[in-house]
Parts: sequence; C-alpha cells; structure tokens
Amino acid sequence: DTQEKETITPERAEEAKLKAKYPNLGQKPGGSDFLMKRLQKGQKYFDSGDYNMAKAKMKNKQLPSAGPDKNLVTGDHIPTPQDLPQRKSSLVTSKLAG
Amino acid sequence: NKSRPHSRGEYNVYSTFQSHEPEFDYLKSLEIEEKINKIRWLPQQNAAHFLLSTNDKTIKLWKISERDKRAEGYNLKDEDGRLRDPFRITALRVPILKPMDLMVEASPRRIFANAHTYHINSISVNSDHETYLSADDLRINLWHLEITDRSFNIVDIKPANMEELTEVITAAEFHPHHCNVFVYSSSKGTIRLCDMRSSALCDRHSKFFEEPEDPSSRSFFSEIISSISDVKFSHSGRYMMTRDYLSVKVWDLNMENRPVETYQVHEYLRSKLCSLYENDCIFDKFECCWNGSDSAIMTGSYNNFFRMFDRNTRRDITLEASRESSKPRAILKPRKVCTGGKRKKDEISVDSLDFNKKILHTAWHPMENIIAVAATNNLYIFQDKIN
Repeated sequence: DTQEKETITPERAEEAKLKAKYPNLGQKPGGSDFLMKRLQKGQKYFDSGDYNMAKAKMKNKQLPSAGPDKNLVTGDHIPTPQDLPQRKSSLVTSKLAG
Repeated sequence: NKSRPHSRGEYNVYSTFQSHEPEFDYLKSLEIEEKINKIRWLPQQNAAHFLLSTNDKTIKLWKISERDKRAEGYNLKDEDGRLRDPFRITALRVPILKPMDLMVEASPRRIFANAHTYHINSISVNSDHETYLSADDLRINLWHLEITDRSFNIVDIKPANMEELTEVITAAEFHPHHCNVFVYSSSKGTIRLCDMRSSALCDRHSKFFEEPEDPSSRSFFSEIISSISDVKFSHSGRYMMTRDYLSVKVWDLNMENRPVETYQVHEYLRSKLCSLYENDCIFDKFECCWNGSDSAIMTGSYNNFFRMFDRNTRRDITLEASRESSKPRAILKPRKVCTGGKRKKDEISVDSLDFNKKILHTAWHPMENIIAVAATNNLYIFQDKIN
C-alpha cells in the first residue's frame, strides 16, 4: 500500500521473512561469525603423526587391502587427505540456526 | 581490414595449460584448491605473453610463447634425436631452420609462494612493470616480478583480537598511471586509496570512499549486499568502478563522499534477498569492466544475463549468453526481466530466473568493441555488429 508513510521497504520485508523462518538468527550477519567462516574455508582433519606412523609401519608389513568400510580410518590404514570426509564448517549450519 | 584489424575473426583456443594443482597443507590441515581466482596480463614487451595467475595461496608467472620453426640438420644427432657415431661423421653441415606447425608453449617462470595466510582474492600489476600486489582477506603484499622469496607487506588489517574482526579486504588494484597509488575495497562497501610514498605500511589510507547510508533503511542484509566484489580503475585513471551485489558505482577519485554514478544491475532482486541468502547466492562475487574509452561499463547477472551501461547516453541493455540465444553471426536480442504482475511476451519473470547460471566474469577488449563473457563452462565472444 504505497500511500502509507510506514511502508515497509522490500529489504525489510525480506528480513522479516528470514527472521520468521530462523528466529535464532544472530544479530551480526556481516559480523565476525560470518567473516570467520570465510577465513576458515578448507579446514580438514588430518593428523600428520598418524600418517607418518602408519607409513613407517607399512614399510615392515604388507599393505592391507582396503576394508569394506572405506570411511573407517584406523591406525593401520594410512589416512590420506582424500579419504577424510570434509569436516563441515560449523558455521554453515549456524548461519541459519544461530 | 586495416581499420578494424580485430573484427569478424573467429576466436579459437590458443593455449591450454594446468596452472595450479591441488595441494594439502599438512601443518595447518588445510586443503588448497587448484581453482584460479585471478589472472592478470603483464604488458607485452616481446613476442611472448606473460601472465600472473593465482589460486588461494600461490601466484605464478607464466610465459606463453610460440614456436613455429625447428632446427634440422644437426651434426651430432639424427633427426629422431639419436646420437650419431662421431667416427662416422665425414662432413660438417650447418643446421637450418625449417617451419613447423605452430606450437604454443606455456612455461612457469616464477612461483611466488608462502606469503599469504588467508585466501588471495586479487593480484594487480603495477604501472612500473616491475612490481605487483597480491591481496588476501586481511593483508596486501607487494612483490617484485623477479624476486620470489620475498614480499613486502603494505596493508595489514588483522586485528590483534580476531573477535574484533568486522571487515575483510575484497579486492585491490594499482592505479593505471601512478605507481605509488593503489586502492582496496572491503566487505563493508568502502574503498581506501593508499599512497606508498607516505609510509612503508599503508594501514592509514590517503582517501576513504564511502557512500552514506540512510540509517532508517538499514536491514539484516544491508552490509552483505554492500560488500564490494570488484574494483576497477578507469583507463584514464580519473575514475574507479565498484561492484556490489545489486549495483555498479562509478567514483571520481577527487570525491570521497559519494559515487558520481550508480547503475542498478538487478534491483528486482531486492525483494528476493531472503531466498538469495538461503541459497548463498547473496555471496556471489560479480566482476565489472570498462570499455577501452571508459564510455561504457559491463557486468554480469543471473540467468546468463549480462548488462552494459553507456555512461554518456545513460542507456542500458541486458543481453543473454546462452547457446539458444546466440547462433553465430546472429544479433543478440535485448532481454527484459518483468517485475510486476503482467508479464509481456519475451519478458522473463523474476521467479523464472536460473540462479545457477551466473555470469561472474566479463572482459572488454581494450581497443575494440569485442567482449568475452564467461557463462559457467562456456566462453562467449561477442562483437559489435558491422553496418
């Protein structure tokens, strides 16, 4: 209704929609949470100690065939960066869940 | 013909090479993607072409050169490379150069690594043709093209306490003529111009460009959509252009308090910000570019649309880069997005736009009206129509 002085701008209307869907949305959207997520892209768990220990062990015995569960990484199976499931940045979910 | 040497030609792939490989930083447990973030050409000085390409962490200088001759008639080896028995050689000959099929070779000449903790978003070659800058989220470094093991930090906005972080660097560029001047843009929609003559560390800007915001119109999205995704000086060096989520702004370097021109790219998206935030499109980083004479500017949008604005006539046009609408030699038809209720024939409604088809990268030939438009995994090259 364009006659009223209290017209809600489209931006504010969209904001209200977002807040209605995600009531726990943080107060600082462009603030440090969002920026920290930007800066942390690419984080994956990898233990170089495990990796080198397993590599050293491998020299002494046969390489075990990959088990049926490829996601299970134990001390005998050399974990490589490709094997590890990418750790989901916790801020992906918290962007909307607060 | 001589007056328009670049027109009516067909473009073809000149060279393809792998610039970067994926890496894993074991110390920080970080995967480093091979994805190229920026490419910048060096001014051409001889027959070879030089370019800088960068991923998140490493910048490389590549030399691309042509080889169309091969030497034949060596004395010590056969044509297939096998060494000849020296005792069997009874006569000497002078090797001659024979033409061969054109071969284009790309070779890495310099690798500039380990200078960035955060992700590199920009590189910019200086007008002195000797140095260049690289910018990540929090720092800007100055390099010499010949020196790979050292760089100078010229901007550092990392707060002592990361909890106090409020803005990051989004783009940076050297002035086209003044080799001591560069600008960098931020996620808060501001641009800082720095002069390297004033101090070694340019944490204090010489000029600060920001458009005042109406506080009553502030919303959750305000800061996000004001984040500048690209900054480009005009060829003249008098103006600079910034791209934020919904608009392109032209700034006069002599006026810091507001832009001199503002162009709406896709204002109809303002009423879609909620869903654009949910699908992350609101964080898309569009680039922008000037034509050779600085009279027109171009930027991309969604649905494979791209927009051009004529600064003098104030006319604008929306075109589409897609197979269906671009048969070779066909004239592109202007597109229109319908925002209201009644959709005219040939218009497309906002809700039908494909947000996966985004044109983030466009380039304008420095001298001709030829443009390159990158649409997902296709590259389109368009030319001005000949009368």
